[in-house]
Amino acid sequence: MWFFTEEQRALQQTCREFAQKELAPVAEQLDTQEKFNEKAFRKMGELGLLGVTADEKYGGAALGATEATIVMEEFAKACPATTLSYLAHSILCVNNISTNASEEQKAKYLPKLISGEHIGCMAMSEPEYGSDAVGMQTKAQKKADHYLINGNKMWITNAQYADVIYLYTRSGSDKKDLTTFIVEKETPGYSVSKEIHKMGMRASPTGELSFENVQLPIEQRVGEEGDSVYHMMKNLDLERITIAGISLGVAAACLDQCVRYASERKQFGKAIGNYQLIQKMIAEMSTETEMMRSFLYQVCAQYDRGERGPVSAAQVKLALPKMATKIALDAIQLHGGYGYSREFPLERLMRDNKLIEIGAGTNEVMIMIIAKNLLKEGLKNG
Amino acid sequence: MDSQQRKELLEQVDRFCQNEVLPHMEEDDEKGYFRPEIFQGFAQLGLTGLTTEEAYEGAALGYQDLCAVLEKIAHYSVPYAITLSVSSMVQGLIQQFANEQQKQKYLPPLASGQAIGAFSLSESHSGSDAASLKTTAKKVEGGYELNGTKMWVTSGGIAETYIVMARTGEAGPKGISAFIVEKDTAGLSFGKAEKKMGWTLSPTRELIFERCFIPEEQRLAQEGEGFKMAMAALDRGRITIGAIGVGVAQAALDYAIAYSLRREQFQKAIFEFQGLQFMMADDATEIECSRLLVQRAAKDFDEKHINQKLAAMAKMKATDTAMNVCTNAVQILGGVGYTKEYPVERFMRDAKVLQIVEGTNQIQKVIIARELQRHYQ
Repeated sequence: MWFFTEEQRALQQTCREFAQKELAPVAEQLDTQEKFNEKAFRKMGELGLLGVTADEKYGGAALGATEATIVMEEFAKACPATTLSYLAHSILCVNNISTNASEEQKAKYLPKLISGEHIGCMAMSEPEYGSDAVGMQTKAQKKADHYLINGNKMWITNAQYADVIYLYTRSGSDKKDLTTFIVEKETPGYSVSKEIHKMGMRASPTGELSFENVQLPIEQRVGEEGDSVYHMMKNLDLERITIAGISLGVAAACLDQCVRYASERKQFGKAIGNYQLIQKMIAEMSTETEMMRSFLYQVCAQYDRGERGPVSAAQVKLALPKMATKIALDAIQLHGGYGYSREFPLERLMRDNKLIEIGAGTNEVMIMIIAKNLLKEGLKNG
Repeated sequence: MDSQQRKELLEQVDRFCQNEVLPHMEEDDEKGYFRPEIFQGFAQLGLTGLTTEEAYEGAALGYQDLCAVLEKIAHYSVPYAITLSVSSMVQGLIQQFANEQQKQKYLPPLASGQAIGAFSLSESHSGSDAASLKTTAKKVEGGYELNGTKMWVTSGGIAETYIVMARTGEAGPKGISAFIVEKDTAGLSFGKAEKKMGWTLSPTRELIFERCFIPEEQRLAQEGEGFKMAMAALDRGRITIGAIGVGVAQAALDYAIAYSLRREQFQKAIFEFQGLQFMMADDATEIECSRLLVQRAAKDFDEKHINQKLAAMAKMKATDTAMNVCTNAVQILGGVGYTKEYPVERFMRDAKVLQIVEGTNQIQKVIIARELQRHYQ
C-alpha cells in the first residue's frame, strides 16, 4: 500500500520470505494429512510475531491492526490454515489477555505464549450457540474460594495443541452476565472431547472442549464478573479486520497464479491469456483484489488511529471473504482440470477461504450488525 | 417408460442409495475408496445398461429416464452418478458407431455391469482444445501402435473398456480416430491417480501408451471419424452432467431447508430470517429452471433431435446452479456445514468440477454463441 511505512514494508518482506520458506513447501501435504505446522508456529515466536499487538514488556511487538493484517495477508498467500491458527493464538488469545488481564496474569502467561513455548486458543461458541454467542450456557458458579465450570465449547481453533484457554462463561441469569477466565490445559476436568474434521483449514486443528466440574481459583478470572461482553466488544473489531487479511492473501495468491497460468497455458494454438473470457476473469479478479486491499488497509489505518467502529470492521469481514471465495472459484475455473487437482494450490485456497465466510461471525451476522447500526437511529421510533 | 414405472424405479434407486451408498460416503470420500459392490448394486437394479438396446442386455430406455436416475443418485453421491453416466455414454457411442461384432463383444458386459466403461480424450496440453491431441496411432500390420499419454480419465484403472482418441493422420480434428482399448492390453499402463478437491472416490488416472498394439477390429468406425465421435460423446455427456448438477443442488437445498427449520438462534428458527429465506427461494427457482432445461435437452436427444445449443445451456445452467446452491447450503449450515458431519461441504467440492468437465462452462458459452451466430447468418 502506498501509505505503508518503511517498517511496515520491512515486516511485509520478512513475512513473505518466512511464508515461502516455512509454510508454502508443506502446505499441500499438511492439508491432505490434517496436520498442524507446529514447527513453523514455534519459529514465529523467534520472529517475534506471536505477540504482534502485545506489550514489549512481555516480549510482544506492540504493533497495530495494520501490521497484524500484513502478517495475515502474507502468511495466507502460502497457507491460510496455519494463518488461522496463528490468528487464534496471537489475536484471539494473546491480544485478549494483553488488553483485558491483570499485570499478574500477563506476567504469568504472556512470555511463554509470545516466545512460542505455549500455544493459546479462545473459547466462545457452543454447539447450540453460534451466531447467538451471547446466549452461551457454559456455567461458572461462584463457590467460597473458586469457580466451578461446567459445559462444552465448540469450534475451538488450536484446541488439541492449546496450553492456555481464554474462556467465556455464563455467571448469572441476565443475558449479559458473562465472565472470562484463563484456563491451563492441565486443570482437572478439562479435556478436548472431540476433533472436528473440516472441508478446509485442515492444517489448523479444531476441537470441542469439555469442562466437567472444573475448579478455577478466583485469580484465573479476567477482570470482574460480568465483564466479558465489554471485553468482547473491545477486541471483536480487531478480530474481524485481521481475519479479513487471510481472505486478501487468498485473493492475491489466486490472482498471481492465474496471471502466470494464462501466460503459459496454450489451447487452440495460443496462450489462453489471449482469449477475452480469460482476460475478463483476470481483469475483474485484479480489480477486486485491489478494492479489497485498499478497503482493508484503510480500515486498519483508521482503526489504529481510533477512528472507526464496528460497522467498518463488519463491512470488511463481509466483503473480503465473499469476494475471495468468488475469486478462488474463478481461479479454479480458469485452470480447468488442473485447478481442481491438488497439483495447484487453488482448490485448497478456496476450501480454506470458505471458512472465513463462516468463522468469527458469518456473513449473515455481519449483515445484521451493519444494518442494525446504520438503521438504529431511524428505526428508534417505530 | 411411463411415469408410474419411472416413479417406482426412482423409489428403488432412492432406497438402495439410502441403505447402501449414503452410510459409506463420508469415509470413502476421505479415503478415496471406490466400492465395486455399489456399482454391482446399480447393475442389479438394471441401471448400468439403461439406454442400451435389449439385444445387448440393456433396458432400452431413454435419456429422460437416465437423467432422472442420475439426478436421484447425485442426491447421495456425485462420483457414483458420474461413473454410471460415463459408462452409459461409452455404451451409447458403441451402439451408435460400432459394427455388429464389436457391439456383441463389448456391450453385454458393460450393460450388465460386469464391466465399467471409460472415455479418454484429454491430454496434458489438450483440454478445451481437444482437436490438438498428440497421442499417435500408427498403422502397423494387423492394427495400430499407440504411443502417448492421455489425461483426466474418469474411472481410469477400474474400467475394463476404454474408448481412446488418438491421431492416425493429419493435424487437427480430421486426423483423429477412436479405438476400443481393453484394460489388460500389453503396452497400456496407468499413471498416477490425480489428487483432487472432490470426486475423490472416482479414480482419475493417466493412460500411458508405450508401443501398445491395438488390433484393427478394435477401431471404431473409420479412420478420421474420432473427433466426430468425441463430439457425439459430449452431446450425451452435457445432458447427463446437467442432470447430476440438478441432483446435487436439490440435495444441498433439502439439507439447508431441513437444518434452517430446526436450528434456533436468537430464540427462533433461522429459517424465519429473510436473509436465508431469500437465498433458499432463489436456489429453489434456479434448480427448477435447471431441471426443466435438462429435461428438455434429454427429450430432444431421445427424439433424435441433436440440439447443441440447448444441451450446452442445460450443462452450464445446471452446473453453475449446483455450485451456487451447494455453496449457499454450506453457508446456511454455518460451522457444521463446513465439517464432515454433514455432506454439504462434500457436495460443494463435488459440484465444482461439474463446471469443468465435458467442456468447461466457458466452452459452453462459445458453443452457445456459435449456435446463435449460425441462426442469424
